[in-house]
Amino acid sequence: MSTTGKRIGMGLAALAILGTFGFLIYGGIGENLVYFLTPQELFARGDKAYDVPLRLGGQVVPGSVEWNADKVDLRFKISDGVQTVAVHSSGAPPQMFRDGIGVVVEGRYNRAGVFESTSVMVKHSNEYRAPKHGEKPAEMYRSLTREDGA
Amino acid sequence: MTRALGASAVLVAFGVALLGMVLAVAGARLQRYQLIRGAYAAVYVNFGLLLVASLAMVWALVTHDFSVSYVAQVGSRATPLFYTVISLWGALEGSILFWGLVLSGFSALAVWGGTHLDPRKRAETHADVERLMPYATAILLGIGAFFYLLLVFPANPFLPVSPVPPDGPGPNPLLQNHILMGVHPPLLYLGYVGMSVPFAFSMGALLAGASGGSWIQLTRRWTMAAWAFLTAAIIAGMWWSYEVLGWGGFWAWDPVENASFLPWLTATAFLHSVMVEERRGMLRVWNLSLITATFALTILGTFLTRSGILSSVHAFAEGEIGYWFLTFIALVLIFSLALVAGRSDQLRTEGRLDAVASRETVFLFNNLLFTVFTFTVLLGTLFPLVAEAVRGVKVSVGEPFFNSMTLPLSMALLFLMGVGPALPWRVASRGIVRREFAVPGIVAVLIGLVIAVVAGGGIYAIAAFTFGAFALTINVRQFVVGARARMRAHGENPPVALARLIGANRRRYGGYVAHLGVITAAIAIAASSAYKAESESTLRKGETMSLRGRTIRLDELWGRQEPQRFVVGATVSVMRDGAAIAQMDPRLNFYTTSEQPITTPAVRSRPTGDLYLNLMAVERDGSTATIRMIVEPLVPWIWAGGMIIVLGALITMLPGRERERERVVAQAPVPGVPSRVPGLVPASPLIMSEPDARGAGS
Repeated sequence: MSTTGKRIGMGLAALAILGTFGFLIYGGIGENLVYFLTPQELFARGDKAYDVPLRLGGQVVPGSVEWNADKVDLRFKISDGVQTVAVHSSGAPPQMFRDGIGVVVEGRYNRAGVFESTSVMVKHSNEYRAPKHGEKPAEMYRSLTREDGA
Repeated sequence: MTRALGASAVLVAFGVALLGMVLAVAGARLQRYQLIRGAYAAVYVNFGLLLVASLAMVWALVTHDFSVSYVAQVGSRATPLFYTVISLWGALEGSILFWGLVLSGFSALAVWGGTHLDPRKRAETHADVERLMPYATAILLGIGAFFYLLLVFPANPFLPVSPVPPDGPGPNPLLQNHILMGVHPPLLYLGYVGMSVPFAFSMGALLAGASGGSWIQLTRRWTMAAWAFLTAAIIAGMWWSYEVLGWGGFWAWDPVENASFLPWLTATAFLHSVMVEERRGMLRVWNLSLITATFALTILGTFLTRSGILSSVHAFAEGEIGYWFLTFIALVLIFSLALVAGRSDQLRTEGRLDAVASRETVFLFNNLLFTVFTFTVLLGTLFPLVAEAVRGVKVSVGEPFFNSMTLPLSMALLFLMGVGPALPWRVASRGIVRREFAVPGIVAVLIGLVIAVVAGGGIYAIAAFTFGAFALTINVRQFVVGARARMRAHGENPPVALARLIGANRRRYGGYVAHLGVITAAIAIAASSAYKAESESTLRKGETMSLRGRTIRLDELWGRQEPQRFVVGATVSVMRDGAAIAQMDPRLNFYTTSEQPITTPAVRSRPTGDLYLNLMAVERDGSTATIRMIVEPLVPWIWAGGMIIVLGALITMLPGRERERERVVAQAPVPGVPSRVPGLVPASPLIMSEPDARGAGS
């Protein structure tokens, strides 16, 4: 094979690789976008809301939490003040999970109208918020603290 | 007082940097050595000034001087001393100050090195370095000026606070929960900032018209050093995330992780392609592009992590600083492009590709893959920003995108890591190809089959073991063949032969050691994700849970008040045959400034893998605890692999006698191929000191 031939061959191989990856990147990124929505935005998406990976943000509706520790089964509703979505998760609630707290759930919204969540995250707040009485960990877990300090 | 000292030190450093730039360029243009000396002095003075400013900040932190804005932001009387000191780099302003300190230190080191060359080096090298140093100095001072300016305006850590608060909130809880926070950030900054120096040298050489190869040597060594720091930093970051975040993983394609990974990719590409330039005089513009890209990506990374533009665990800060960074990145790119275009006559390619089966070709494909890799990660990282800016939607790019792209690329790179070392430069005959690849190929296929049958785990796990075995066999073979040749030629015993082989060809074998580290880590990463098992249970005291033949029992739940936090812990026994053989204590840490507790998972490491326990939740009355139990094979080998990579990089950088040879092309011309001996192949001291291991020994 002549040198020119080799160079053309190498060039074509490089182009083929670049082209393949270009195509894969283009297609791949579109398929793997995870939208971050509020319940209102979720409903506004209509049919496009179902069965795609999503992140849904809102507040836990007070009184909606049903937690079955034996079956590790968690149900609650989240709301953005306008709309409310039912969420189901097969994992334990995070430590600070409670009524009214901001959460982000990751998962898919199914046609039964339930958001099947794979992970529940308590919304990360950097703002300092003085704990209310009874929320201070030292009081919450008083029974765990040994008096002798051992 | 401390505040005034720090603030003025930074302000003076900015002025000195500008003055030094003028002196350096004027001195080089007018051939006035006094002026150039003045510029060098500016570099040293700035190191002193930044040292003063940083020490002033550390002093303010340690003495809880809340009249300093940065201390009021991250300090707290309750924080232990260690975490108080390291909160120097815990938030935006302090980390820019630390950037400045490291940059001024590296600049001083670079100038000292450039003006104290080994007198045994050739006169030509001296002349070359002398010509490029003033320009390189000007560029280093220019980068410095940018960071000092940030410290004066948008990221000033020394602003007054009034009224002075009695106490502060303390550092972000995530940053004061593990000792690795004292290791990972400084390593990252050493790696990031270190990439400024090769950029300055290569651009300085272009500006000066220093066409000799000296800049390549300087650039390569500094890139290698910075790369070693960056590698260590990335591994330490993975380790931190594994030890703190509690999900049992170490990499999530988080934008901040990507930010540290991007310059690593381009720097790795450069460390390979620079060899093609040294040997064959090819790829000059390409190498300059890689160096520029690496530097620009370190600035981009600092921008992403420090401007608060991405919502992620690291990006705590917010402000207008982003525009400063974007402007600077644009300036860097325009400057470099203009310079490369203006000096294209210096950058003509001298060699050319002779054959497809040659080491050059492997390097070309290596670079192609690294480039695609970089683009993939860059696109996935920046896409959400663009989508939000253009379409106003909040999206994230899912992990499947990154995995579907980077896993095949990683497999191809793993394969090439085996092919490259086995092929000679210029052209490989069929005989060589057969001899080199027959045994490793068979070994690889056998191991792949065994893994597929015994363990399964999906195509990528099998591929990682197959290509890993292939590359491992070939890289180990390099040591064996080379040492054997020495044993025959010099009658040395195996350990001596191996040590001398590595000692006499540090770059080459250091590189192979680094390969061994990468292969180790790659296999461990593949195994730990493919064969990971996890389970979550809510246990009462005395209850057990099992996973993959391992059983744990919840013994005790306890709480403890510490000065800066309240700790809730579980005492868990690891059971074997009904008896407790070890105890583990996963914990939850409640900091006053965070609503969410920070976890401290308990990890029990064995060479075969880790048992990882994370305390998910504890009932308030202490009756039950929810524990996630994860069994992850081979994880310790990821950290070990990282250390082996750094060891390899250290070997290539070991100081020692540096022989300089006349410019020669190492290999004899191949019959039938026109020999184009490059007139200007940069003289590498190692070209002649690297006998082909398959040849007659040394």
